[in-house]
Order: sequence, then structure tokens, then C-alpha cells
Amino acid sequence: MSILIDENTPVIVQGFTGDKATFHAREMIAYGTSIVGGVTPGKGGMRHLDRPVFNTVKEAVRQTGATASIIFVPAAFCADSIMEAANAGIRLVVTITDGIPAQDMMMVKRYLFRFPKERRTTLIGPNCAGVISAGKAMLGIMPGHIYSRGSVGLVTRSGTLGYEAASQMNALGIGQTTSVGIGGDPINGSSFVDMLKLFEEDPETEAVMMIGEIGGPQEAEASLFVKENMTKPVIGYVAGLTAPKGRRMGHAGAIISAFGDTAAEKAEIMRSAGLVVAPSPAELGSSVAAALAKRPSRRKAVAQ
Amino acid sequence: MDIHEYQAKELLAGFGVAIPRGGVAYSPEQAVYRASEIGGARWAVKAQIHSGARGKAGGIKLCANEDEVRQAAKLLLGKRLVTHQTGPEGRVVHRLYVEAAVPIEREIYLGLVLDRKSERIMVVASAQGGMEIEEIAKNSPDTIVREVVEPAVGMTAFQAREVAFGLGLTPAQVSRTVTTLLGAYRAFRDLDATMVEINPLVVTGDGQVLALDCKMTFDDNAMFRRPNVSELRDYAEEDPREAQASEYGLNYVALEGNIGCIINGAGLAMATMDMIKHAGGSPANFLDVGGGASPDRVAAAFRLVLSDPNIQAMLVNIFAGINRCDWVAQGVVQAARETELRIPLVVRLAGTNVEEGRRILRESGLPIITADTLAEAADRVVAALPASGKAKASAGNGS
Repeated sequence: MSILIDENTPVIVQGFTGDKATFHAREMIAYGTSIVGGVTPGKGGMRHLDRPVFNTVKEAVRQTGATASIIFVPAAFCADSIMEAANAGIRLVVTITDGIPAQDMMMVKRYLFRFPKERRTTLIGPNCAGVISAGKAMLGIMPGHIYSRGSVGLVTRSGTLGYEAASQMNALGIGQTTSVGIGGDPINGSSFVDMLKLFEEDPETEAVMMIGEIGGPQEAEASLFVKENMTKPVIGYVAGLTAPKGRRMGHAGAIISAFGDTAAEKAEIMRSAGLVVAPSPAELGSSVAAALAKRPSRRKAVAQ
Repeated sequence: MDIHEYQAKELLAGFGVAIPRGGVAYSPEQAVYRASEIGGARWAVKAQIHSGARGKAGGIKLCANEDEVRQAAKLLLGKRLVTHQTGPEGRVVHRLYVEAAVPIEREIYLGLVLDRKSERIMVVASAQGGMEIEEIAKNSPDTIVREVVEPAVGMTAFQAREVAFGLGLTPAQVSRTVTTLLGAYRAFRDLDATMVEINPLVVTGDGQVLALDCKMTFDDNAMFRRPNVSELRDYAEEDPREAQASEYGLNYVALEGNIGCIINGAGLAMATMDMIKHAGGSPANFLDVGGGASPDRVAAAFRLVLSDPNIQAMLVNIFAGINRCDWVAQGVVQAARETELRIPLVVRLAGTNVEEGRRILRESGLPIITADTLAEAADRVVAALPASGKAKASAGNGS
């Protein structure tokens, strides 16, 4: 098992015929992702990468049965593409695009909630590296070869810091079920809590690594969720100990503006909620290994 | 993006927010002229820098005649103002705002923010204006009124009334405050702000409700569709290196250490800086070269980082996904040659085509120190610092 996607998930690419989308669609197909077509308004009827192109997401869904999409549409038009996918019944939308206006995302989030829960779209991103279920399918821009099949769920804000965590785990022989980049924007589709819920329910996932950064309430909310609802060990890290107050550190959402926004405060909140916090970013893999080593004894204790 | 007080006032006035009469001035003569234009007998001469707490720092002078206005303007123009928001280096005052001084009966705090928890615009108000919101939250949290706005509907009049009555205002003052609130909300929405702060919003002796100080911050990602706002950007308020970085599409934040950093990805950049600190060093900057770290971008990043005179060693940490390590390595070699690099350079490459990338670095003939892991990279760059730099780094760490 894995979360969100596997090799059977039928996927369309929005903004399919653009350069970036084309490059990454090739990579995703090579990894084993079932890309069944794409959407570029005005180019419907064409074939691209040996797959059909449609004018609208609705048409693409009708013709291909796609349930997931990945979006490479430019920031100015991206909110519209996300809402189009939601309206067409796509269940999982991964948005790679960086730079979407925050108020556009505010509207997108409200739009997603107009649908009843049983058909509501899960949005991952924007401004993220995407999702990869190791060895099965990849809906994103990450280098697939650095992940390997295993039992750890990985959820991060940052793309490259997620790569770092995965490669440190791999060096110790620890693989992943699924790795999710939730993105660095102040308003994003899915939160840490949303992903923790899925990992908790996934039978194959035995532990979760969660890597946050400065700014926003999501790490604190996730810590509370771990304390109250998770049976699996969660290993945390928060990047940005050296970040000054009030300065945006690359990601639109990475800014210390309120109490509880700093890396030190968030790490403390994690610790007090019972998470293991990696002492440094060079010890992401070893902290997971240590938590996994403790795991069997806990299982026995539960069995008794 | 931040703008000046007077610019925020002009924008808000366009949405029906009442402000005192005032005008901008770039010289003492102009300040005097503005005062005579405004009329009345008392004026405030206010330094325009992108910072709050200007009053406490001596940046606001109350004047009772033209001569005082001239003296105040002379004193403030060119002065370096240091507030707790500017950092110790402060900001030089290039513009003044001359404003009619008003008799203040009450001071109210009014803020609108894009609240990350509710993912909506939230109004935050308090009857204890004139202080910073952090201070109010600490000293009198009970006075804070909050109201979350439904984006599809916008702020409703009843919400604005609830806030205004919640501040204990009289009915006449309530109706004026409602106008201010609805105007500030529309400005927030229509101009893609991320924060509007009116502090204080004052009730004057004659019953007016006026925005006495205003601050607006805008969403950088939305400025492409707000040309009337983006033209208000004041480059003099920015670190010149940061302004230069934004031209190259690089994310750069200047810090106080001596180890220059070039990293791909914001999260990895922050983590690398954490690691440098962990190893006993101190980063000079945050720099994210982005996903497609082409040789040109890497070269631009090198020039930018090296333009900081405090740099004594440099660390490049790239985890290549889309951008392959061999490509990044070529960029690093090219940049090191072009800039005639004389300080120690540590390079850590990981990800796609890493072997090829390391070979290029090795065979370049340049004295590049390589590292395989994040920990090694941080240790090696700290070890490579000259003795004076190490002393500085540990002093910088303080605790």
C-alpha cells in the first residue's frame, strides 16, 4: 500500500504541451505513472507523447476516466485550472506551480469545499515537488531514483529538503511508502494533518517523518494531531533556526510573523507533543532509524 | 512588498478611509510649503521609512509653526533612523510626510490580515490602539475583537458594526468606523494586500474617525496584476543585493555571518544554514537558486554572494533533481573562474548525475573542497574559515 497514488491511478497533465510539463510527463511515464492524457485549451484533438490532448478537464475525464491530475499551468491562470479539475470530478490534484497569488488560493480553498466530502478533491501544493509512491508512481518533479520502497511515510513543505531526507534514509537502507511535498505557500491545499491521517490509516506505513519550516500554524496543529490520534511514531524537523523575524525565506509562507512561527518554538511544540525531533538536518535519516528500531518492542507491548 | 505610510494612506483614501490632510516632502522648503497648503496651526512631520515604531525612534516631530516644520525636516532628512524593526543598521530618511496634527480623544487598533489558520481575511481590532498588536495581545488580550470574512460574500456591514460596537464606540463613531472597515477590506481584496494595519485609528475631539498611521503589505505573487501598487516599490528601502537578486529571479536574504551560501530549494537552504550554525559557523545569507540552476544563474548567485564584504568562505549545496549535477558543476567551475574566487569554496552535490558532477569539479584544477553529505559540507566550510573568521563566528553565536 501507499497513499494518494499508485501505478494504477489514471493521471492527466494540465498544461500538457508546455516545455516543463512535457519534460516531467516523460519522467513520470518512465517511472511507471499511468499518464492517460492531458489538457491544453485550444489543442484538443492533438496527440502529445503518444497520448490524447483535450480542451477541457471535463472532456479528458469523460474520455479517459482519469481520477488524478498534475498541474503545470502558469501562476496567473493556475487557480482557475485547479477549480476546473475539482469541478470535473478529479479526486487528486497536484499543483507544482510556484507563485500563485495568496488570495487566489483563498478562493480555491473555498471552492473545493463546495463539493460534498465524498467527491471532494484533495489538493496537494501549490509550490511543491509533488507526490511519489516509491517504486509505483510519481506525480511530481522529484528525481525518482532517490526513493526506494519501504515503510516510512514522508511529508515535507520543501521539495529539496525532502530529497535530502529520502537520501539519508536510503543510505541507511530505509525506504518509503509515499513521499508528499505539501508546498511552501501560506495557503496550501493539504496540510500536514491531512497527510498524517492518511499515513496513520495506511497499513504499510510504520512511521512518518514530517519536515516543516518557519511560519504558519500547520506544524503546531500537526503536533496536536499526533499526540491525540497517531499510533505510529512521528519524527519531526523544522528548518530555519537561523531565519530572522519578518523576512521571507524563499517560500512565500516561510516568514516569522507571529508567536509560534520560529523553528525553535515549533520544534519545542513537536517535542512536547511526543514527537522525536531530529537534532540537526544531517540526522534526519538516523533519527528515523532510531525510531524504527524502537518500534517492535512497542508492538509487543500493545499485543500483550 | 511594503510601501510607505503616505502611499498606504493615499490608497486607502481611495476606498473611503478618512485620513488627516497631508502631503509628501523631499526638502525642508517643500515641507514648509506643504504645511501652509494644509493650513491649521499644528503639524506632524513624519519620516517615511518602511518601519513602525518611528515615533519612539524620534522620526515624528510635532510642530507649531513654519520654522519648527523647517527645523524638523532638516533634522530628519538624511538621518539614519533605528527602530526595533529596522535592525541596528537602521534606514536613511529620504522622504517626509507633513500632516495636520489632530486632537486625539481615543486610539483604536485596526488590522486586516490573511489568516493562515482560517485561510481567510481576518479583522483584528482593539480599543487599546497606539501600541503594537503583540503588546496588546500580551497586556490586554480581552480587548481584541476578531472577525473572519467569508471571501465569496466579502465583509458585511453587520460584521463591521459588530467590530465597531465591540470597541465601545458611540453610534455616530460606529457608522464612521464601519465606512473605514469596509473601505480597508475592499482595498485589501482589490489590491492583493496581505496586511493592512491602521494603528492608531483615532477618534478626534470633534468626532471624526481618522486613520493616523497606516501600513500595507502586498502579495509579491500578485503584483503582476497590480501595476498601480508595484510602481510604489521603493528600492532605497531594500538591501541593494536583495534588489539585485530579485532581478535575476534569485531569492536572497542578507544575514550577519561570514559564510556565503548558494543552495537550491528554500527548505534545503534553511536546513543548510541550520547545519552551518550547528557546526559552529554563521551564514552570511540565504540564497535559493531555484529548480533550474543553470550555469548563468549559478554565476549570478556567486557574484551576488561575493559582493558581501563579510564573506570569508563559501558553501554550495545542490540536491539536483531536474537540474543535473554535471550541469551545476560546470556552472560552479565557470563562476569560480569568472569571479577569480580567492576564498575557500566547499561544494556538496547530490542527486542526478552526481558522479559526473564530482568529476568535473575534481578535474577543474580549482582548489574546490568537496563534500558528500550535508554534515561534511558544514564541517568543512567552518574548518576552512580563516582564524579571524572562526572567532567571529563563535562570537556571533553568543550563547
